[in-house]
Amino acid sequence: MPDRALHYKPFWSDAGLLVGGAIVLLFFLMALFAPWLSSHDPLEQDLMAGLLPPFWKDGHDPAYLLGADSLGRDLLSRVIYGSRIALIVAVLAAGFAALLGTVLGLLAGYYGGWVDTLISRMVDIWMSFPAVLLSIVLVAVLGTGLHSVVIAIGIIDWTRFCRVIRAETLVQRSQDYVSASKTLGLRSVTIIFGEILPNLAPVLLTLFFLEMGIAVVVEAILSFVGLSISSDIPTWGGLIAEGRQYVHEAWWVMLLPMLCILILVISLNACGDGIRRVYDPVMHK
Amino acid sequence: MSAGHILQRLLLVIPTLLGVSVVIFVLLRVVPGNPIAMMTPPGASAEDVQQLKALYGLDKGVVEQYMIWLGGVARGDLGVSISLRQNVGELILGRLPATLELALIATLIASSLCLLFALIGSYHPRGLLSKLVDTLASAIQAVPDFMWGLMFIFFLGVIWPLFPISGRINPRIEHNFSTQFYLFESLLTLNGPMIVELLRHMFLPSMALALPMAGIVTRLLKTSLSETLKQEYVTMARARGFSRWHILLKEALRNALIPTLALGGVQLTFLLGGTVLVERIFGYPGIGNMAITAVIQRDLPLIQGLVLTFAVLFIVINLLVDLLYSKLNPRVQH
Repeated sequence: MPDRALHYKPFWSDAGLLVGGAIVLLFFLMALFAPWLSSHDPLEQDLMAGLLPPFWKDGHDPAYLLGADSLGRDLLSRVIYGSRIALIVAVLAAGFAALLGTVLGLLAGYYGGWVDTLISRMVDIWMSFPAVLLSIVLVAVLGTGLHSVVIAIGIIDWTRFCRVIRAETLVQRSQDYVSASKTLGLRSVTIIFGEILPNLAPVLLTLFFLEMGIAVVVEAILSFVGLSISSDIPTWGGLIAEGRQYVHEAWWVMLLPMLCILILVISLNACGDGIRRVYDPVMHK
Repeated sequence: MSAGHILQRLLLVIPTLLGVSVVIFVLLRVVPGNPIAMMTPPGASAEDVQQLKALYGLDKGVVEQYMIWLGGVARGDLGVSISLRQNVGELILGRLPATLELALIATLIASSLCLLFALIGSYHPRGLLSKLVDTLASAIQAVPDFMWGLMFIFFLGVIWPLFPISGRINPRIEHNFSTQFYLFESLLTLNGPMIVELLRHMFLPSMALALPMAGIVTRLLKTSLSETLKQEYVTMARARGFSRWHILLKEALRNALIPTLALGGVQLTFLLGGTVLVERIFGYPGIGNMAITAVIQRDLPLIQGLVLTFAVLFIVINLLVDLLYSKLNPRVQH
């Protein structure tokens, strides 16, 4: 078993992971180099350019490649800058959820008994609440802003990590190396975080990518209803909300942010699934 | 489930609701945003603010506020909305029927799609159709209701405007419904054009709600059907010469539905939770849309009332699913 586990396929052998990873990387580059990529300041208003159509339609202005929103702000620049919030929230929220869920999952799986009962019961209760309602109430409580969105997503989605990590820890706990570590007299903390956790890295990475996709959508939802970041920072959800308002006059406002979310989420999912395929010794025997 | 058992379940509802109400009440009281600050003009004096606070009972301690609120709830009085200045109970009851009708239509769509796909996919367990259904179901499930809603608005509402994309009914149509259950009322009075009008408005939002659920439940039902088809009694039925459809529909489906219902029941509560967002996207006047407005306005009494309403609905759905489950599965009957 360990023999086979060592022979992972190289990551570039998986088409889904390769394409998904490349697209995710492009989005990260777009967020990083936003000031150089965009032709306008995303906040710069030009009321004469209000709801200007994109380049393929009559009456467009070459300075606004994909048109402008109702206040005459360049759409392409706003979409480019919007990727910043989307990716920051994705990484931070998924990281927070992963931290909470992994620690609790490791504890539940390793110690079992009442610790496990307590944590598992909490997961059950948590998962019976519809996430959207919970996130809106949480943001209402925490107030709007980047930190609230990250905390809200983490508090809601730690269960996804906890359930899987607990089950994986249960499997690892019965392996010889854990018994050996115990015999050597290692402390439980060392065994959990130094011995078991590294073996869970591929699972964790898979979950992390999937959670990033979820976080992107939740952030878009919260910006859409106006409960995310302050309204002068461009977000994809905010753009969609504006596009929804003017959908009959200017349907193109909504199109690009919508496509960005879909493509990013699908790519993140492809990464998650690809990592599972590459690193799972059971799946590729 | 015997009558005593049901009574026992019902009694358990009370502490659950109390717990939910305490949590939401305390959470909302630590909110940094102050509802009074939102309704007073910038130049208001400290006295005015104090007076308003006293009017809505916000000057008292949290425990006292909770006791007053709980006493009101026990008498069926949920308080007065701060932003709309109307009775919370009346506001919610006025909007609830719209949400219930939407959720019901979405559930019907999801169940029909799921039955159809699972049966087609199970007809030849290793055939091409089966694989196609698997792929389709996972793809449908992977896209959340928010994105479905947006895509429907974009493609079926604007680019190819087949369906209306906002509201419950065309505001230009005159109607004199005596209840808020527009669809039920039109069905009872056999008002054909009105039924079509209401369903056309409901179609896109209910599809957005139904599709993710249909994807998940199709997979559950298909797995469960394939397990059932391996049972001996199915082999017996096959040996006796019954057709595939007869075996699927008459022998396997009922048994396969039992585990699907147990696992898929929770999806119904998620569908109901989804109405919050979908109603917002489609400007549909239900309690979900109202909940978001209440949160934005920091209308504490209205948020409390709405969360309590959702909690009651979730509990009722779970109870109904359990009842149906024990009805279908003779093994859990006492």
